[in-house]
Amino acid sequence: MSRLLKFNIFRYTPQDEASVPHMDEFVLEETEALTLFIALNRIREEQDASLQFDFCCRAGICGACGMVINGRPGLACHTKTRDLPGEITLLPLPVFKLVGDLSVDTGTWFREMYHKTESWIHTTKVFDENALEDRMDNEVAENIYELDRCIECGCCVSACGTARLREDFMGAVALNRIGRFLIDPRDQRTERDYYEIIGNDEGIFGCMGLLACEDVCPKHLPLQNQLGFLRRKMGITAIKTLFRK
Amino acid sequence: MQTIYTDVLVIGAGLAGERAAIEAATAGHSTICLSIVPARRSHSSAAQGGMQAGLGNSCMGDGDCPDVHFEDTVKGSDWGCDQEVARLFAERAPIEMRQLAHWGVPWNRVVPGKSTYFKGGQQFEKVEKEENAGLITSRAFGGTAKWRTCYVSDGTGHAVLFTVDNVCAQHGVEVHDKTEAISLIHDGETCFGVVARSLRTGELITYIAKATMVASGGFGRIYPNTTNAVICDGSAHTAVLDTGIVPMGNMEAVQFHPTGIVPTDILVTEGCRGDGGTLLDVNEERFMHTYEPEKAELASRDVVSRWMTHHMREGFGVKSSYGDHLWLDIRHLGEKHITGKLREVYEICTGFLGIDPIHQLIPVRPTQHYSMGGVRTNKDGAAYGLKGLFAAGEAACWDMHGFNRLGGNSLAETVVAGGIVGRKIVEYMEGTEVLFNSRIIDETYAAQKQRIDDLVSGRKGTESVYKVRADMQQALHKGANIFRTQEGLEECVDTLQKVLERARTVGLRTNGKGASPELAAALKLEGQVKMALMVAYGALKRTESRGSHNREDFPARNDRDWLVRTLAYWKNPDDMLPTLQYEPATQVTEIPPGDRGYGKMAVISSDDSKGKEG
Repeated sequence: MSRLLKFNIFRYTPQDEASVPHMDEFVLEETEALTLFIALNRIREEQDASLQFDFCCRAGICGACGMVINGRPGLACHTKTRDLPGEITLLPLPVFKLVGDLSVDTGTWFREMYHKTESWIHTTKVFDENALEDRMDNEVAENIYELDRCIECGCCVSACGTARLREDFMGAVALNRIGRFLIDPRDQRTERDYYEIIGNDEGIFGCMGLLACEDVCPKHLPLQNQLGFLRRKMGITAIKTLFRK
Repeated sequence: MQTIYTDVLVIGAGLAGERAAIEAATAGHSTICLSIVPARRSHSSAAQGGMQAGLGNSCMGDGDCPDVHFEDTVKGSDWGCDQEVARLFAERAPIEMRQLAHWGVPWNRVVPGKSTYFKGGQQFEKVEKEENAGLITSRAFGGTAKWRTCYVSDGTGHAVLFTVDNVCAQHGVEVHDKTEAISLIHDGETCFGVVARSLRTGELITYIAKATMVASGGFGRIYPNTTNAVICDGSAHTAVLDTGIVPMGNMEAVQFHPTGIVPTDILVTEGCRGDGGTLLDVNEERFMHTYEPEKAELASRDVVSRWMTHHMREGFGVKSSYGDHLWLDIRHLGEKHITGKLREVYEICTGFLGIDPIHQLIPVRPTQHYSMGGVRTNKDGAAYGLKGLFAAGEAACWDMHGFNRLGGNSLAETVVAGGIVGRKIVEYMEGTEVLFNSRIIDETYAAQKQRIDDLVSGRKGTESVYKVRADMQQALHKGANIFRTQEGLEECVDTLQKVLERARTVGLRTNGKGASPELAAALKLEGQVKMALMVAYGALKRTESRGSHNREDFPARNDRDWLVRTLAYWKNPDDMLPTLQYEPATQVTEIPPGDRGYGKMAVISSDDSKGKEG
């Protein structure tokens, strides 16, 4: 007989006045190649229909299923139970507002981040339907894509010491986003423009270098390199700004 | 009752919806997208391969143009498509790719000089032209005469969706995420918006709009095994078919992909077989070459899926706790090839299955992949039957795919159709005055409130949401799968009708408070069973084989009797079957029906004088 897995799952429905935050225990028999995606769906369909959690693509591409798995933020869809002990504790991601049980509201947080970072190409060029596309070096395109691979699961923010201490910290995800536009030749913003956005404690100078963002990133993005790169760049911009005054 | 007014309301914030929203917003209209998930989680993000557009920049795409793209698309559809729409699509696709480049998509670009590529496991050399350096490049895909697929590494959908969502944020398109439309508001002539349910709080919100668009993606989740995201459950379709007025087109046209992994049905690319991977049975023996001596594993998607299913039926499937499956073997391709050219497959295997494909076999089975059917629209994207209602993308039957979709054409369709239909919506807004009838708005809201109260109180019965849903999925899986027969489809329709009766007596196990997932599933269940019946009943009546629709008892494509599109209506909510009507597949015929050039098939020509009734 295969293992009996014990799940300790955080429960709370804020809209239900009778609901109190607590942990519930569920037991499930482990099957071959079992993932948390399958396990949680099984629990909901067979044991407790009210259990809330988020999955979308269930293939590690969309980032919907970030949660704290035995103390560590990660994607539940590609977490196999065989890599975990027989007792599994699941908690919602911190920092984000709780919707219920394991489900959190990442959408609002990220939408605000796009507006803060003005996460779009700033250009005065007007698109001409009849012209060829502007040429770009393939290597530049690939470098942009490497930073564009972020799936906004929120794991890096949840694992970040600074983000846990101060609500206004933008987090590695926002700084990575700035890095993506900084290297894109189509974006006409200057380093000073970027400095206006991230040249402070909410941005690049708030990072304490604890490295957890990169440790938990399910896409293995080079977040620390990116932060180091931006810190140098913004540091130099800061000095230039001082001398210009 | 919270009421939100907007000019344009889009159900869905994937690529088709957001692309259309940009047109509306930049024309000065207030625009809101409703989405079940944050916009960037939409299933558009999962598309990896790329987008078809006849740019002809790469040397292997040399000479490509909209004409060639059009021809491939019509052939691919097995002549089931609307050729006017396929023409519109092919002409517009290159412009749309350039527009995306302008907005920030990091398309892979032409690198001049010599490079190598693989075909059928062999290595070849190509030379890219100096004068095309830095233009958008393309890769190979099935069913196309030229290399035509524009791509961003292995994350095309992700990169394009992030860019388009950025542009939405820039132009003030609001995305109300974790919000699900549960009913359209209409007076039988005009659509006025929707009643939606917040998936944060459970509250009902009324959205009033001059134009409403359905861009909610596919509905593969009515099948038990699908490559679709869990949100692709057809909830917006169910709101549309509830109107009784708007038909669904070609619901029986369902595409299956040969290699979904077991158990989670995540897709592993056709490239595995393209590069020389083989399919093995329970005895770890090849079988495809016995069925298709020439093409073996490299036959078309439909053909391979059919034979795999047949082989498992014959008892050669591998038993597992998730049902029968077969093996995909890529071990002989070697570590370098697998971790290089098939990196994504390697990551899926190690990450999701805990299997190392360099040394181990990959469990696979044919899996529901794409819905060619959907909300029937005209070439402007306007839904049949209701003014002010539009649809685009996989949710729609616009119908450039007919009975079989070519790879890379669906992702391109999202932005091309989104752009075209978005501009048509703007035209509609400028020429139309909409008068809202508050009584109808109040009545629709009250009816939805009542539905929820009935489900929570269990007034109509105590059937389990999840059990009924599973029975619907199993019935479709059994009867309306890759192989279809009269007997199997009759049984499927019969079973689904019993399931429909049970779906009408569902009661919740929980109190339904807050964002209750059980309530969300219950609200769409009856509509899903009706859609399943549209698939099965449409397939039962279509006595021919065309594209993905394969009738074992009618193996020929029958252009004489069936060069038509099925329109499925659910006229009365209490009906037990959809009402089917037919219309010509295309009004304009640039390319008369002929041989597709792949997959052996008998054709009953439309010239055959012994036509059926009239």
